[in-house]
Amino acid sequence: MSGLVITNLEVNHGAIRAVRNLSFTVESGQLAAVIGANGAGKTTLLRALSGLKHVHAGNATWHETSIINKKPENLVRSGIVHVSDGKAVIPELSVKENLALSGIWRKDKKDVARATTEVLDLFPILAARLSQSADSLSGGERQMLAIGRALIARPSLLLLDEPSLGLAPLIIEQIFSAINSLRHTYDLTVLLVEQNATSALQIADIGIIINLGELVTVGPSHSLLNDPALRAAYLGY
Amino acid sequence: MLRKNGGRNQLRANLIFIAIGIVLFLVSNRVDELRVYQGATVAVYVVAISSIILLTGYSGQISLGHGALMAVGGYAAVLSRNDWHAPVWLSFVVAVLAAALFGAILGVAAGRLSGPYLAGTTLALAVGLPSLANQFSVLGGEQGLNYDVGQPPLSLGQDFTQYHWYFWIAGLAALVMTWLVHNVLGSRYGRNWRAARSNPTAAALAGIHIGRSKILAFTISAGIAGLAGALLAMTLSLVTPSAFPLALSFAIVTGAVLAGVTLLTGSIVGAVVLVAIPELTDALATHLGGSERVTANLPGLMMSALLIVSVLFFPNGPRLFRR
Amino acid sequence: MERFINTILIGISGGSIYGLMALALVLVWRSTRVVNFAQAGQAILSTYIGYVVISHTNNYWLAFPVAVISGALIGALVDILLIRIMVKRAHQGPVAAIAPVIATLGLLGLIRAVVGLIWGGDLRQFKLPVTNHGFTFGHTTIPFAPINLLIVVITFLVMLIFALIFQRTNLGLALRASAYQPEIARLSGIRVDLTRTIGWAFAGSAGAIAGILVTPTNYLAPNSLDLLLVSGFVAAVIGGLESLVGAAVGGLILGIGLAFVLEYVSSSLAFPAAFMVLIAVLLVKPAGLIGSKRSRNA
Repeated sequence: MSGLVITNLEVNHGAIRAVRNLSFTVESGQLAAVIGANGAGKTTLLRALSGLKHVHAGNATWHETSIINKKPENLVRSGIVHVSDGKAVIPELSVKENLALSGIWRKDKKDVARATTEVLDLFPILAARLSQSADSLSGGERQMLAIGRALIARPSLLLLDEPSLGLAPLIIEQIFSAINSLRHTYDLTVLLVEQNATSALQIADIGIIINLGELVTVGPSHSLLNDPALRAAYLGY
Repeated sequence: MLRKNGGRNQLRANLIFIAIGIVLFLVSNRVDELRVYQGATVAVYVVAISSIILLTGYSGQISLGHGALMAVGGYAAVLSRNDWHAPVWLSFVVAVLAAALFGAILGVAAGRLSGPYLAGTTLALAVGLPSLANQFSVLGGEQGLNYDVGQPPLSLGQDFTQYHWYFWIAGLAALVMTWLVHNVLGSRYGRNWRAARSNPTAAALAGIHIGRSKILAFTISAGIAGLAGALLAMTLSLVTPSAFPLALSFAIVTGAVLAGVTLLTGSIVGAVVLVAIPELTDALATHLGGSERVTANLPGLMMSALLIVSVLFFPNGPRLFRR
Repeated sequence: MERFINTILIGISGGSIYGLMALALVLVWRSTRVVNFAQAGQAILSTYIGYVVISHTNNYWLAFPVAVISGALIGALVDILLIRIMVKRAHQGPVAAIAPVIATLGLLGLIRAVVGLIWGGDLRQFKLPVTNHGFTFGHTTIPFAPINLLIVVITFLVMLIFALIFQRTNLGLALRASAYQPEIARLSGIRVDLTRTIGWAFAGSAGAIAGILVTPTNYLAPNSLDLLLVSGFVAAVIGGLESLVGAAVGGLILGIGLAFVLEYVSSSLAFPAAFMVLIAVLLVKPAGLIGSKRSRNA
């Protein structure tokens, strides 16, 4: 069954057409890595999918329902959760309050409590800092908090924007392995936007390479990793 | 090449100002007293609005307190004329200097503030300052002080009325002030203000002292407002606290927004609208058979509605006037 | 000593009102980044509605909740009808940054004109809920009266309720999250637009409470709350404009400070004193005495 289907998507960023005629499909349960250089339109793509950006033309559907030009909060409530770039936490709130945000609107309070416990088991460091302000967390901890908050919304499609940005290699490895285990535990479909191509492709099922807003290629990640031409041109080594 | 062009534009602008002056002079002799008085009021507003255009449109600062600066100018003009028997022109100069000095002090604070803080501070001034006059007997309290610019010279003829005289003085002052502001805006200072407004970081990197530039703009703008205050006092032939209400500050901001905020030529449009609205609403109120309540509040209603609509839909001025 | 304590008591009572107005301004500033100058208009309209109830029922305690609810509804309406459009049409150009301020100013003028149209411009007396004759101890009567005590107590309760809502409830969490980081709040599934409207409603009710508490000690006219708007703004700035606690403390500092100026210096210096305090705070400690480190250039 097709999960996320994107057809001929066109999105502007300011005066620039940042995403042009983009089409690809991510099957339900897959982890797809979107790879491209800075300014390739990756973030614009994610923001369009989560309702933060107006889609000019084309369509995107999740399980046959169109998701473009909807209110972000409604998309979150229907299971499409976007963890925006870097460390998407609210520094003025405590760790506990940051996690609670996703539970405010959920009816099933028992499941909210269960999800919170699961997140704290997954990232024990957060459990130790529940009452601290999010401002006091390190970059990696903030990323864990952002992902944890997303999980409490019980997403079916997780949109991750550069979770490795600005983190130390050791932390990146930790975060990526957490993402990898998550999607199996929760049967998530994940769209992972990354500049850190190799790490992303290593855990991804498929890779989507875009350049200047246009699709370069889509393929199984292992074949992308082994394609010398692509490696040279887009993966940077 | 550029310089030559600039010179020609400058010459053309000067000719336009002279032409406007001649036209106004001719027109003023052919309309009735009420229109002449309204013409004088338009001239007062033109001066007041151009002070906001300079401040907001060019330097990007907001002031909700220019009514208070007008009060400073008005009282300064009156005191200098009554206590020192200063000639009229000198009392105007005193008004400009007093308001500019006040504005400079305020500008030191304002240069470091922006947005809501500046708006709130100047609003506080508009609400509080005029009422201060009630508490000092030298300022005449509620009744205020009389201001007499004297009879028109006899050489102008027997038919030349007091209102014509007001109109001439205010019109000339407005013309000269507009010409001066036009030149300041086209100068290095005007360019600095615009640069500092649209991109403070870049302007600072280019060597513009943002704080000083803002203080200068505030000072000049205050001086112009001071002149407007003196002119207003002249047309009313007195100064009272109630001549400078909060509504006056709002009115000139409204006029500036209607004028398009960045265009000096718009100031005349804004000023005409400000004078026309009470006229129109009066007619409307009479037509509705309205009570004193309606007459008193309809102008405010229209003005506020106009302000909201224009700032919502034409925040940079009506398209008509846009370059 | 007695005079000293009396001055402090009167200052606390006046400062409570400033604090409530400051609270209203801060609530809106946090959620929308606009200093809502129309707050004085919204409050006066709510107070007039309360006045209508009093003139029909002669019951202050019926007028009070009516005014508070009206204030909340008016606040919500202002957000829905004006501010939402304003925010959506976020403009480019020289006036873009100050357009919202000008819009709230226009709204203040509009509401005052409407109030003037409906009720006229004459000063009206407002029924006192309790007496304004000072408390008597033995043979001395102090200036602090039951009405002042009522003002202090109600303000304290209102502040307490707001503090509990903000710190202890999900609604409060949503309000804070939407104020600090609207985009992240949205991406957590919070209806930020609705939340902001609720914030405006809270602000409207706080302003209405200030209006209906202060008016019995004064008089009612379309512009009778203008000075309160200024005092509330000064109090909010002292408190840093971001903080609810700051608004309350700023109100008390200003209230007590002004009471001392009035009592010990001159009764004509209240406004210059308040204005000097404002300028001094802005120049010396621009982030407010209790404020955060954020710059004032927002």
